[in-house]
Amino acid sequence: MSETQLIFQLSHPGRSATSQAPKALSDDKLSAIPAHLRRKEKPGLPEVSEMQVVRHYTNLSSKNFAIDKQFYPLGSCTMKYNPRGANRAAMLPGFLNRHPLAPESHSQGFLSCMFELQNFLKEVTGMKGVSLAPMAGAQGEFAGVAMIRAYHDARGDDGRTEILIPNAAHGTNPATAVMCGYKVREVPVGPDGDVDLEALKAACGPQTAGLMMTNPSTCGVFERQIEDIAKAVHEAGGLLYYDGANLNAILGKVRPGDMGFDVIHMNLHKTFATPHGGGGPGAGPVGVSERLLPYLPTPMAGQRDDGSYHWIDTDTLSTSIGHLSAFMGNAGVLLRAYFYARSLGREGMIRVGEFSTLAANYLLKRLEAVGCTAAYPDRRASHEFILTFAKEAKELGVTAMDIAKRLLDYNQHAPTTYFPLLVPECFLIEPTETESKEALDEFVDAMAAILEEARNEPDMVKEAPFTQPVRRLDDVKAARELDLAWSE
Amino acid sequence: MSEIPAELRYAASHEWAKVEGGVATVGISDHAQDAMGDLVYVELPEVGQVVAAGDETGVVESVKAASDIYSPVSGEIVEINEALEDEPELVNNVPYEGGWLFKVQLSDEGELDNLLTADQYQAQIDSE
Amino acid sequence: MPYIPHTPDDVRAMLDAIGADSIEDLFDEIPAHLKAAGKLDALPEGLSEMEVTRLMSERAAQDAGAVSFIGAGAYQHHIPAAVWEIATRGEFYTAYTPYQAEASQGTLQVIYEFQTLMTRLTGMDVSNASVYDGASGLAEAVLMSLRANRKSKSRKVLVPTALNPRYTSATQAIVENQDVALERVGFDPASGQTPLDVLKPYEGEDFAALVISQPNYFGSLEEVDALTDWAHANKMLVIGVVNPTSLALLTPPGEWGTEGADIVVGEGQPLGVPLSSGGPYFGFMCCKQKHVRQMPGRIIGRTVDMEGKQGFTLTLQAREQHIRRSKATSNICTNQGLAMTAATIYTSLLGPDGLGNVAAHCHANTQALADKLTAINGVERAFTAPTFHEVVLTLPKPADQVLAALAEKDVLGGVSLAKDYGMANAILVNATEVHSEGDLDLFAAALKEVLA
Repeated sequence: MSETQLIFQLSHPGRSATSQAPKALSDDKLSAIPAHLRRKEKPGLPEVSEMQVVRHYTNLSSKNFAIDKQFYPLGSCTMKYNPRGANRAAMLPGFLNRHPLAPESHSQGFLSCMFELQNFLKEVTGMKGVSLAPMAGAQGEFAGVAMIRAYHDARGDDGRTEILIPNAAHGTNPATAVMCGYKVREVPVGPDGDVDLEALKAACGPQTAGLMMTNPSTCGVFERQIEDIAKAVHEAGGLLYYDGANLNAILGKVRPGDMGFDVIHMNLHKTFATPHGGGGPGAGPVGVSERLLPYLPTPMAGQRDDGSYHWIDTDTLSTSIGHLSAFMGNAGVLLRAYFYARSLGREGMIRVGEFSTLAANYLLKRLEAVGCTAAYPDRRASHEFILTFAKEAKELGVTAMDIAKRLLDYNQHAPTTYFPLLVPECFLIEPTETESKEALDEFVDAMAAILEEARNEPDMVKEAPFTQPVRRLDDVKAARELDLAWSE
Repeated sequence: MSEIPAELRYAASHEWAKVEGGVATVGISDHAQDAMGDLVYVELPEVGQVVAAGDETGVVESVKAASDIYSPVSGEIVEINEALEDEPELVNNVPYEGGWLFKVQLSDEGELDNLLTADQYQAQIDSE
Repeated sequence: MPYIPHTPDDVRAMLDAIGADSIEDLFDEIPAHLKAAGKLDALPEGLSEMEVTRLMSERAAQDAGAVSFIGAGAYQHHIPAAVWEIATRGEFYTAYTPYQAEASQGTLQVIYEFQTLMTRLTGMDVSNASVYDGASGLAEAVLMSLRANRKSKSRKVLVPTALNPRYTSATQAIVENQDVALERVGFDPASGQTPLDVLKPYEGEDFAALVISQPNYFGSLEEVDALTDWAHANKMLVIGVVNPTSLALLTPPGEWGTEGADIVVGEGQPLGVPLSSGGPYFGFMCCKQKHVRQMPGRIIGRTVDMEGKQGFTLTLQAREQHIRRSKATSNICTNQGLAMTAATIYTSLLGPDGLGNVAAHCHANTQALADKLTAINGVERAFTAPTFHEVVLTLPKPADQVLAALAEKDVLGGVSLAKDYGMANAILVNATEVHSEGDLDLFAAALKEVLA
């Protein structure tokens, strides 16, 4: 069957997309390369025609759900519309062909966009400095915690060995703390979704390097005690790290800098509408308060008195935590975010927080009305909210995973499932500001129909999906009998 | 209801130990394997490694979870269950027999008194 | 309102369903004095698509127009039209990480094909789904080698000075907080290679791994077989850092020495990804089968569905941060999906012969360029070792000064080695298949003028 074939199975020796590569050279052109360093056999790459390649990958693309095709309410992922104009602008030849080491004389256009983007991000987050260097949210987290460490180290304050993290946090937070040489201490979250303040105060001490948290939290609610939390951590001598995973909820409404955070990362692939690309690339710029300015990762864009732009690098900022990539991060993603920021402008930024919150609260109320159970029914939703299907799992044997799979049959991408870990059988749902009311209503209709199915024919729901290119996959076989590369 | 053989001793972290001639055979309980689901990989300590009770000595992995193994006793690792490399499912199928993990030459038999009896372990599970 | 579809009627109906009077009411849990209203004054007014496009077109045009001979880790290649036409289809461009495998078979199969392509180019057993870039990939490889080398208790790794200095500095920044030390080993100033001599002092010492760069930063080809065998004899793992284009011609790291390299990383950009000011690129990462559980990043496996039909899914997830949290192999969550997709399409289009032809033209053009430039009085090759597609030249004048003068003529004449190596008069130049004979002559003529 052609639909399951791999590109390697289309290969025939001697076939090729001849117009795609330069003509063959005689082997004497390679005589400067010693024979013992040459490979003995050609690599086993596919030998296929141009049309075979185009058709194969076009057909594969049709097996994906995507924002361009479906509602994609993955909580904490902010799957908003990715403007096509941003893609076209980032792929302008002047940007695309610019070598990352091109001299400043041939980089003024690019540098000007980066300089302005740094300033926009400073303004919307209330921070004093921004570096665009980190290539993803996780790398932004790394940069942020590495700066916290550099700050303590520079003061000779070397007894600080612990990072505090609420137990609802995303797994990257503890993984990042360890990469920066810290131990992790988890702080419990209370039944209302807010951090247990007394437990936090008890955990703070001279060993506290900092606290990592999101706000709104991964529970989909705004942390109301944020100022008390900031005070407790600061009084212990620690710094506050803001994980920008949920920045979309508060864009234009409240700024991390005003809440007392010392360092933040932003996910431009979420908040600034750059594409997720099937898993990346993203961009995870970091912003800092005054006292962390010396440690920002390089390079950054600066502006001279005469209006021209230049790079700021470790030769002038020797206290920087350094480079996180060979060059300057995911420049093309940053250009797309720049386009988005210029399109929205001041008014548009404010509307992002407003309308993403409106959509989430509307969707929550409508889902509750059709029989879904909210994890935090007494709280306002932020830009996302949690449903729990613990009751359905217990009474009907239908789990959150089953409902997620059945949603695919209704042409709706499933929300984030089983996260945060502390809410059983949960969905984390984030509709974003770019979905129309009709799209939200269709999702509600699908959920109502599935709950009905779960009551009447639970075994069918447990076997879903039925309409996708494959049925449920054998993950156990995949992990036990590893098949990670094709062999004929 | 999971099986809890009366003759074994248990750690609160769900390992079991069976002592014969100064050597403890260690595995994870039926309850623990059931909670993990289908195991896909077991990481074991190295023979010759000296461990203290409570030390991390391996990991069991299912598709969606990973759980550390702690040695319930102190001593030297004298044997590991190499069959688990190809058949991690032994831990699911026969947790108290072919699914054992490693053997420890005890350095202090008195430590066994710190472990739970079958009744005490049952009580712990019931309260979870 | 850009990208927001709601009409005033929609908003009213939604607020009614919520039971709120205004959107502002939805923010009543945020302390009032924290609210940002009026604080975004430094932001400009929004622009239409036409206006932003015009603005950015003008900026992009400012940076265009030069002929470039800069390589140093990022290379200009012809990218077939089909590559990005397909990679930017909405189905690839706007999908997310394939958590719902049944609805992501397109992305998942592409990754599986990518993993296969990379194992074939490198001669290694397994590949992950890519990491951020080559430099951060090396940092991950260094950390991985500490976990994978069970014969070593060391937290030190040997790194050649002839490795791209940007890789060294990024790796340093990423690993230094975990008490990992990079021990720098020198190079032979005559050949530009890392000879066994410089490794002799480390014989019998405990290091987790030796990094081998093929070609190295100077473009020089290393004696990889001898280096690999030396490392293994001294109980070190071998981390290969390679250029993927070169692998169409050069011995794959899986075949270096008697046993082959243990971990292989590199910058994937040459495989169909535009220069784009430095990113997004992707790093590839491969290893021997026995180390696969120590490898960070996404990995896709082939399996079957409940009806026995072939399908693809994320696997070995228990290594990853969302399950292992503080004990994960890395904090990395994603791969560089879109760039990796482009590379898969590029490599499939070119095939073994096409990629071989690209590599051969790069090599031949660089040789021709070096010949033309060294014909100028006072310009010489700095090193004697054979090279792939980059070469170091020494000039009769300070490199920084010469490069600035060339840039004024719209010739970007390579990278200065003054800052990184203290070689004040040395430049690193690269030519690829995109450079015509005329481009090479242009460079030679400009350099002659500047040096005159």
